Amino acid sequence: MAAVGAWRSEGAARWLFIWPTVLFVLFLSLFPLIASVVISFSRLSFHQGGVDLVFVGFNNYEQELFGLERSHFLGVLNPPGPIGWLVLGLTIALTAIAWTRAVRRGRVGAFGLALRLIGGILLIAWVWILVQALTSEGGRPGALIVTFIFVFVGIALQYTLGLGLALLASQRVPGRRFFRVTFLIPLTITPVGVGYMFLMLTDTSKGPLEPIWVALGLRDFTWVTDPWLARAAVIIGDTWAWTPFVFIVLLAAIEGLDHEIHEAALTDGASHWQSFRHIIFPAILPVSTTIVLIRLIEGFKIVDMPNILLGGGPGTATQSLTLQAWIDWNTLNLGRSAAVAYLLLILVTVVATVYISFVRRRATEYA
Amino acid sequence: MSRLRTIAPAAGLILILSGCSPQASPSPSAEAAASGEPTSAPPAESAAPATAGPQGDKFKGINVNILTFNGPQVAEPLQRRAPDWEQLTGGHVNVVAVGFQTIYDKALLDASTGTNAFDAYVFDPQWLGDFTGPGYLLDITDRVKSDAQLEWDDIGPFFRDFNATYNGKVYTIPLDGDFHMVYYRSDLLDKDGVAPPKTWDDYVAVAQKYHGQDLNGDGEPDYGSCIAKKKGAQSYWWIISVAAGLIQGKGTNDGAFFDTSNMNPLFGPNDAMTKALQMYKKTTEFGPPDELNMDVGGTRGLFTTGRCALTMDWGDIGTLTPGTYAQDKTGATITPGWTEVLDRSTGKLVACDATTCPDAVDGVNYAPFASFGGWSGAINAAAPKEQQDAVYDFLSYMSSPAISGLDVTLGKTGYNPYRTSHFSNLQPWIDAGLSEAAATNYLGAIQASLQNKNMVLDMRIPQTKRYQQDVLDTALAQYLAGELDEAGAEQAIAAGWNQVTDEVGRDQQLAAYVASLGVQR
Repeated sequence: MAAVGAWRSEGAARWLFIWPTVLFVLFLSLFPLIASVVISFSRLSFHQGGVDLVFVGFNNYEQELFGLERSHFLGVLNPPGPIGWLVLGLTIALTAIAWTRAVRRGRVGAFGLALRLIGGILLIAWVWILVQALTSEGGRPGALIVTFIFVFVGIALQYTLGLGLALLASQRVPGRRFFRVTFLIPLTITPVGVGYMFLMLTDTSKGPLEPIWVALGLRDFTWVTDPWLARAAVIIGDTWAWTPFVFIVLLAAIEGLDHEIHEAALTDGASHWQSFRHIIFPAILPVSTTIVLIRLIEGFKIVDMPNILLGGGPGTATQSLTLQAWIDWNTLNLGRSAAVAYLLLILVTVVATVYISFVRRRATEYA
Repeated sequence: MSRLRTIAPAAGLILILSGCSPQASPSPSAEAAASGEPTSAPPAESAAPATAGPQGDKFKGINVNILTFNGPQVAEPLQRRAPDWEQLTGGHVNVVAVGFQTIYDKALLDASTGTNAFDAYVFDPQWLGDFTGPGYLLDITDRVKSDAQLEWDDIGPFFRDFNATYNGKVYTIPLDGDFHMVYYRSDLLDKDGVAPPKTWDDYVAVAQKYHGQDLNGDGEPDYGSCIAKKKGAQSYWWIISVAAGLIQGKGTNDGAFFDTSNMNPLFGPNDAMTKALQMYKKTTEFGPPDELNMDVGGTRGLFTTGRCALTMDWGDIGTLTPGTYAQDKTGATITPGWTEVLDRSTGKLVACDATTCPDAVDGVNYAPFASFGGWSGAINAAAPKEQQDAVYDFLSYMSSPAISGLDVTLGKTGYNPYRTSHFSNLQPWIDAGLSEAAATNYLGAIQASLQNKNMVLDMRIPQTKRYQQDVLDTALAQYLAGELDEAGAEQAIAAGWNQVTDEVGRDQQLAAYVASLGVQR
């Protein structure tokens, strides 16, 4: 009986059920992680009966950051224009002020200050790359900056629209159940399907919207051959696909609020804007920051829409980091593909960490 | 109940939208525009050889897996014909169809990692360099020569000796024949007394003449030229056709991609490439506004609905026109040429004469491009013997004159003619909906390309996919979009190609390239 009792103990359960599961999951996630690190330092070579990984050191990373692929990865970087210098100067000044304040207040230890200093330098370096690509004569953003544009502009639009729709759908209006379901439709379509749908919609010579284009006098106009309009097309498609996700989560958050407070504020003379600004928004802020975090991590992996809609074109205008990795993968340039994937991983980790450390924590405190 | 009424329409809408399956990835020679498909099933399909009768047992109980392109062309004839073959032999065929962009890595990883999930691959013969070196494909030299069903000698010499053969050994069974040609609206050109373009300057002049006119009577202005220039699709193949006549002047063995003495890229900084790039960009002025984002599905749809005066394509347009606006209004001609050619020692262009362009016709150096080569079936060397025998028999059956003679006349197959009998027997083409004049014109254009001594062979060395679908495609897209000028694009192509060459080994690549040009025709 004692033996049976021992088997029923928590310790035994841990060994029997938890550890095997943990090890299994670790194996599934760690093995690919380690294998892809090895591949990112290698070049694939085929031979009779197998494949060799030829060690090439940092060559794949070097190609992306300093070699032939630099213009695709970082972009074409030229001396910035006046606006670029202004932005850079402001960034340096604000970073210096923030760091100096942190030192004066004395609340942060030496380690924290060092981290902030490194963070500040990285921020300035990032802005330096941005202004060289975006404000210079002949400059051009690469996959890194294009991905950032897709992520941040896309999330801003998705959050704004999702919040607006959630507020509308939470009102007692006729047919609101129908609208709630209708708003969710894009979420049910695969990203590839969304890509093909927008491919048809943006086809101005024979797509379904062609008559509208012609009626508007835009017969010879296309928006997918201009770099910025093409990026806008990708962002619109991505926004259409992902806004329902933001909408449904925010709707749940809004409907979970105690409406008596909101109604009491209105009764006491608060306007709808004041009620939203001081009651609803702070209440849903923790949920909002979580949604943004999820979309942030997911958004950096954008590939379906730019690939299907534009093949990463015109030129390389809509080539995201994941698409660049995928193109390398397709030609079995696995080393370079893995290197791009790891650079993306580092980027997502840094951005997510900064977001969690600064934005989300403060937003939660504010709420 | 009210909730049900509210949800039901929305749920229905969701189901409809979710069920909309996307079209296949862009593909060479096989992707037909939905609007360009024949509107009715051509009668030739029903004329397929009868397979009724007792089931054979030659391969009874043997299952074979074939990896190919999900077109739906290319896979379609394999899937449609498989039950007939199964009836004849007792075997079973499982066709696994994937996107064009993933066939290469899926097949190569399948063979190289020892997974061997597929017994055969119906793929691009350009990739033979990557597969034959490590020994991933079965040498079928002896089989094809003694195979009565296949009738090897009926297959065109070019497709036998180049597409199917690598380093003197046969590795694939051709199922398709591919060439670039220019298609024109014969009704318009005949009416105006305009000759089909012989040079690229002619091409632009014809495109300019018709651009902005209503070409199909719908009251809307149409386009002078439609060429699929989307990145990640077929754009990089067309620039090869435009540049070929400027780069290769002394016959097929001259080569159009690399200098055969040192493997230096000819698609690099030189006057020929500059002129070709400029001409390619010039055609965009007479195309649809979103031509830079259009693959062959788009251009075929526009041409078969009568919206383009000119287009450039593989043989598919010819079989797609029956049942469309362009039926009996379409002419085909050999890819236009140039009156100048590259002097490889100086990088400058020189006039064509008996020395520089010995095969020129009326001073025009034609260099028809055997682009892609044609879908071909190869057998996995590591597959079990029974599967190898069975899948060989199936591929031989698919390529046999009786079967392929019908399939190449159908636009939905994505297969184009490659056998002598395909050219000599007009009846299947007429049964498929082409007029005798249209069939003669179409087959004549292909034959003119096939018989040209200055035909350009597609690249077929290890890492071909990187050279073309990564480096060339990206640099070209950047040039068309204005991200690079001519010099920048040429520099990007040359630097990228040199990098791939040096990674694999310059001597090894040079030997492979020279060997790939040594075909006897």
